[in-house]
Amino acid sequence: MLTSEDKKLIQAVWEKVSGCQEDVGAETLSRMFATYPQTKTYFPHFDLHQGSDQIRGHGKKVVSALGTAAKSLDNLSQALSELSNLHAYNLRVDPVNFKLLAQCFQVVLAVHLGKDYTPEMHAAVDKFMSAVAAVLAEKYR
Amino acid sequence: MVNWSAEEKQLITSIWGKVSVEECGAEALARLLIVYPWTQRFFDNFGNLSSPTAIVGNPKVRAHGKKVLTSFGEAIKNLDNLKGTYSKLSELHCDRLHVDPENFRLLGDILVIVLAAHFGKDFSPACQATWQKLVGVVAHALAHKYH
Repeated sequence: MLTSEDKKLIQAVWEKVSGCQEDVGAETLSRMFATYPQTKTYFPHFDLHQGSDQIRGHGKKVVSALGTAAKSLDNLSQALSELSNLHAYNLRVDPVNFKLLAQCFQVVLAVHLGKDYTPEMHAAVDKFMSAVAAVLAEKYR
Repeated sequence: MVNWSAEEKQLITSIWGKVSVEECGAEALARLLIVYPWTQRFFDNFGNLSSPTAIVGNPKVRAHGKKVLTSFGEAIKNLDNLKGTYSKLSELHCDRLHVDPENFRLLGDILVIVLAAHFGKDFSPACQATWQKLVGVVAHALAHKYH
C-alpha cells in the first residue's frame, strides 16, 4: 500500500531522472538481457546488442509508461489499463519477469543516484514496481 | 558444481577488493529490514527498529550486517565449493533460525543494489550479471540443507 510519503519519494525519484529517461530505460533493458538471458525470449525480433536502436526505443517506451504510472499513483489500474490488456491478451509475459525488470530498474537508479538512493526511496520504488506489476498481471485470468 | 569463467572470477574479486564489508554489510541488512519489514521478525532482540532512521543507526543491525557480509567473503574465497562452505550455516538457518530461503534471495538482490549505489557506472551490466549469479548460488547453498 503506497503511503503519501511513498508517493512523494516516487515523484522525487522521477524528478531526479527526468533528464535521462531514455538512458535509464535502455540501461534497464540491457541489464535485464545480460543478467536474465531468458527474458530475451520476448524479443526475438530485436537487435539485442547493447545500445541498439530497438533497445533504446523500447526502453524509452517502458520508462515513459512507468512515468505515467508515477503520476497516477491514486489510480494505477485505470492509468495502466491499456498496458494491462496488452500484457494479458497479446504479450502474455510471465509475471515473474516483472520482478526481474524491477530489479534491474532499481540497479540503474542506484547507479545513477548513488548515495542519494536512500533506503526510503528504495522501499518506495520497490512497492511502486510491485503495484505496477500487479496491475499489469491483473487481467491474466 | 557451479562454473565460473575467468572473467566472472575477475569481476567478483575486483569489486570485492574495494568493498567495505562493514559499510556494505550494514547497509544491505538495514535495507532488507526497511524494504521488507516482515524480515524484522527474525531480529526481535535487536532493540529499536521502529523507523528507517532507527534501523540504519542501530548498532546491532550494523554488527550483524558486517557478520553476514564477512561470511559472503568466505564464499568468494571458495567459489568452487559453496555448498561445503555454507553447510553449517545452512543447517543453522533451517533448524534453529527457521528463515524461509526466499529471504536469502531478497537479501542478495538488495546487496546488488547496494553495490550498484557504491560503484556507480563501474558496476557494469556484466558486473551485475556476475554478482546476481553469485548471490543466487549463495542463496541456493544456504538453502541446500533445508528439509
